[in-house]
Amino acid sequence: MSDVLDRPATVALKVVGTRPIRPDGADKVTGKATYGADFALPGMLAGRILRSPHAHARIVSIDTRAARALLGVKAVVTAADLPDLASEEIEGGESATNLRDVSLNVLARDKVLYEGHAVVAVAATSAAIAETALRLIVVKYEVLPHVVDVEAAMAPEAPTLHDDMFTQGVEPRPATPSNIAKVNELKRGDLAAGFAAAEVLVEGRYVTAAVHQGYIEPHACLADFSADGQCQVWSSSQGQFVVRTLCAKVLGLKAADIRVIPAEIGGGFGGKTTVYLEPVALALSRQCGAPVKMVMSREEVFRATGPTSATVMTVKLGATRDGKITAAEVVLKYQAGAFEGSPVGAGSMTALACYDVPNFVVTGYDVVTNGPKVAAYRAPGAPMAAFAMESAVDDLARKLGMDPIALREINAVRDGVKAAYGPTYRNIGYVETLEAIRDHPHYAAPLGPNQGRGVAAGFWFNIGGESTVAVNVGDDGTATVITGNPDIGGSRASMAMMAAEVLGLPIEKVRAIVADTASIGFSMVTGGSRTTFATGMAVSQAAEKIVADCKRRAAQLWDVGIELVDWIDGAAVCLDASKDKKDMSLAALATQAGRTGGPIGAQVSLNAQGAGPGFGVHVCDVEVDEETGHVTILRYTAAQDVGKAIHPAYVEGQVQGGVAQGIGWALNEEYIFDRDGRMENAGFLDYRVPVASDLPMIDTVLVEVANPRHPFGAKGVGEVPIVPPLAAVANAVRAAIGVRMTELPMSPPKIRAAMDAR
Amino acid sequence: MPQTEYLAPTTADQAIAALAAAGAAARVLSGGTDLLVQLRAGRLAPGLIIDLKRIPEAIGVRREGGGFVIGASTPGVMLGEHLALREAWPGVVEAAQLIGSTQVQGRASLAGNLCNASPAADSVPALVAADAVCVIVGPNGRREVPALAIAIGPGKTSLAPGEFVLEIRLPAVGARSADAYLRSIPRTEMDIAVVGVGVSLILDGGGSIARARIALGAVGPTVVLSEDAAAAILGSVLDEAALERLDSAARGACRPISDKRGTAEFRTRIAGVLARRAAKIAYERALLRA
Amino acid sequence: MTKRTHVSAVVNGDAVDFLTDPGVTLLDALRDELGLTGSKEGCGSGDCGACSVIVDGRLVCSCLMLAAEAEGRRIETIEGMAEGGVLHPLQSKFLEHAALQCGFCTPGILVAAKALLAVNPDPTESETRYWLAGNLCRCTGYDKVIRAVMDAAAEMRQAKVTA
Repeated sequence: MSDVLDRPATVALKVVGTRPIRPDGADKVTGKATYGADFALPGMLAGRILRSPHAHARIVSIDTRAARALLGVKAVVTAADLPDLASEEIEGGESATNLRDVSLNVLARDKVLYEGHAVVAVAATSAAIAETALRLIVVKYEVLPHVVDVEAAMAPEAPTLHDDMFTQGVEPRPATPSNIAKVNELKRGDLAAGFAAAEVLVEGRYVTAAVHQGYIEPHACLADFSADGQCQVWSSSQGQFVVRTLCAKVLGLKAADIRVIPAEIGGGFGGKTTVYLEPVALALSRQCGAPVKMVMSREEVFRATGPTSATVMTVKLGATRDGKITAAEVVLKYQAGAFEGSPVGAGSMTALACYDVPNFVVTGYDVVTNGPKVAAYRAPGAPMAAFAMESAVDDLARKLGMDPIALREINAVRDGVKAAYGPTYRNIGYVETLEAIRDHPHYAAPLGPNQGRGVAAGFWFNIGGESTVAVNVGDDGTATVITGNPDIGGSRASMAMMAAEVLGLPIEKVRAIVADTASIGFSMVTGGSRTTFATGMAVSQAAEKIVADCKRRAAQLWDVGIELVDWIDGAAVCLDASKDKKDMSLAALATQAGRTGGPIGAQVSLNAQGAGPGFGVHVCDVEVDEETGHVTILRYTAAQDVGKAIHPAYVEGQVQGGVAQGIGWALNEEYIFDRDGRMENAGFLDYRVPVASDLPMIDTVLVEVANPRHPFGAKGVGEVPIVPPLAAVANAVRAAIGVRMTELPMSPPKIRAAMDAR
Repeated sequence: MPQTEYLAPTTADQAIAALAAAGAAARVLSGGTDLLVQLRAGRLAPGLIIDLKRIPEAIGVRREGGGFVIGASTPGVMLGEHLALREAWPGVVEAAQLIGSTQVQGRASLAGNLCNASPAADSVPALVAADAVCVIVGPNGRREVPALAIAIGPGKTSLAPGEFVLEIRLPAVGARSADAYLRSIPRTEMDIAVVGVGVSLILDGGGSIARARIALGAVGPTVVLSEDAAAAILGSVLDEAALERLDSAARGACRPISDKRGTAEFRTRIAGVLARRAAKIAYERALLRA
Repeated sequence: MTKRTHVSAVVNGDAVDFLTDPGVTLLDALRDELGLTGSKEGCGSGDCGACSVIVDGRLVCSCLMLAAEAEGRRIETIEGMAEGGVLHPLQSKFLEHAALQCGFCTPGILVAAKALLAVNPDPTESETRYWLAGNLCRCTGYDKVIRAVMDAAAEMRQAKVTA
């Protein structure tokens, strides 16, 4: 592959692997950094959205006359102002996106499919006027029966969300519409034979609640449409290019007419890989000619964006007495929300990814329900499947009387093993990660009464994909790295570090920025744990190009053959001793750039392949209050194969953050719906994300099994750490109370009830 | 467009007059932690907001006749800063300080917690157990009612139109007396109580419980002052048998609902657990004051 | 139209005057009237702490305070934390410890941490965690945040001893 640069392991790294201050840090600690809601333009209007109060209803009529007549109201937009798109799948963020669904989600057309579904948007001279206008809009609904629960939605008598949805993946094609959008199956070997060979069986049914990404920054954007059809959007997202693509399609605009300027992003975790407000703000601005700013309330964020799927899953495992898993049967039912596209495919592919199992069937159901359309959430689909599988493996270890890590080692995937989802593993570090936990002092530390320890493993693919990067050298020999990937967790630091490493510059001489869609070439979203890998590869290649170019320039200036020029510590070195040439720094070359071909810079566009899959193994200690069922996380250690930590502090941060989200998922987070299908806890008061006092320090062990496909050996790190915690906590609770908790969240009432049932 | 005005009177009389003039369109602003959330959600659009925090009697903690007078709009953080109050009524102060975060403590007031009339209000069981009295002022003058009498149902108070709580009075604490408050929440902070229990005890010279007040929150439409729970430990030295009786009596006093924060079954059970635990804390504290 | 209220206050040491609608929060006034967008809105209900400011020495959520209430008050926001371009030790320690990822909650956490160290210069880990329980951070898992606050506290204590 041309996009692979092999660096000899003997090259000592000077920047990569260190912990410099991030380049965007100062602005973030002083309040200067500008996020989606922080932009303003002269004459800016406030946009607001009227949302459905019903979980499922037909829109009979929309009367906006009174709202339009209100002084200060400048634009009113409904789905009638958008083109009625045909069903068309495009590669969106981490998964395929159906354009018609995106359009119907940003403004409902004939039906509302969940409480909070956008129906009408208004722009006015003040937020107060816009809100008053919303109250003047009359929408007549014919309320329809709704369904929230995934298994209820699969039942033949369930109310159907989409008349044109016929289950894909079953033969023959069903004659009647259904809420089951798709069935997928992964299989290998002979399941019946595998179970027949088993001496021990375990089985379980597992249920998880819908949980939200919970980024602290609500969605926000500012859109400005000019009279000639060109427009600009300032928006907080995980990908300015996906915003551009989706806005162009939803509004019928040309991509080149839309310039999307990425704001600082206040957390995304997958949830900001699509659009909600941007096309609506553009439509409003197009109608009135003034810039329109839209900012969601927290309530809107909960009701109308994210979350990830609620699930019902079953796992059946068979094994020999010596611990070899002979068969696995896994069924995953994932709720997709209003439109198809739950991450059940990824859930199915990851469910057995840590295990070398000869016989298995994994069946996944993608099921639409009356709830907000699910969005990607950190390793989409994998944490739930891992909760089911890792709980079952824990039960198996207990039944076999084996140490849970020893059992996992017996069945662990290794290099050369064909993954359950297809490819053959190369350069994976799963066994090393298991060993890191097995040998960690935490694993042997004593426990007190009512305390328990759980371990769980997790897997995520990590992806590569398309990125564009430019590196430009200034006349003083400093360098600017320009990427198209929003920086969520410190990627400007890692990008600058990789460039500095290749160029031989100190990190202080390299700055990285995230450019708008008109200023850099296409880049896929910051998601899929791809940025350090794929965009980092592009950075490294661009810097290599500059080094090669600088060698050529030095050779020209020195009048020697290019093979006699080396690049050491940021300077050209003449290998021809007879020439007695002083080393020529990047700065020296830059000042003479005009004489050697003009400005020094390079751009690389690539489609990175060879992202190394990541594995994590976590160990968690809990204490359960016997009387109240309250779980306290006492200690937590997470080991993960990261390939190579470019900036170890931010890699640790990714791991710690993923663990915290996983603990929240395990213990307290959930969407709660009332009998009318309305969310009852659309705020941070009752949607309970972990607070600082809920958690202990989270210890990390970074295992580095290099990925040879990346110039520095990096693997994606951001998503793996949310995969094991659900089961790690559940397994610890199992050890503490002697009861297997099969339903998340494991809130105190559920634990108390389970203890009563012992 | 709804018209809203803001007024910050500097005497109680000014506030009473403004409230009387504005009628039902007016809302008093004490700490603001509930009012502002309702304003923002569009659930309220008052014509006039009357901020009580510039009325001297409504802010601060004063000693009076051995007891304490707490300005009803005093933010929780100021209660915690008052060492004598914290020493005398640790349960009340802890309860008040469990409301929300540090930053919410900079605003949240006892009057707000009382008059929001949530069955789950943290400070109310503690105030009820402590036998706190609320000074209510309004167009018909001034009256004093027990803290228990403020809320008459979820979101409903016994206050007449034009009335507001100006002060909260806590009695003097004698020797061998103490209080405690505990609540159960899913997380460690930032949640609404699923159950809350306030206990106030007076011991006799021999360490037996001479008087007990036990108030339960979030187990009924209003806070419950359980005489059965008090009777269960009266005359005891809070031995295991007494604690068992207390647990059972506290559970018996519960009429909870199941909602997004907890099931009725869970609430009932936890009420018993917390009653025992809070009583133990109050008892230990009272012994230390012998 | 609603009659606007005139407010005079001191923000980060400077006298300011602005007009506000009576129902507007201090957070909105800071952001929209005074252009101080460092304080963030994450929830608007006092549950996330991203809008934390210090009013007359006490930590509050600026989303839970009316702008009109600020009359005569002294308000400190994130924009006033660094002095003359020199970062506060908390700010430096947050950078050093990588205690931020997306950075959206960071201003609120820094203001809250500053208020903590003003009343408790030597907090334990548990005290720090409980004080900051009203500041949600979804990125970091709090580990590095807590370390940074405690390290800054230690440095500030040391600076006091040597001063």
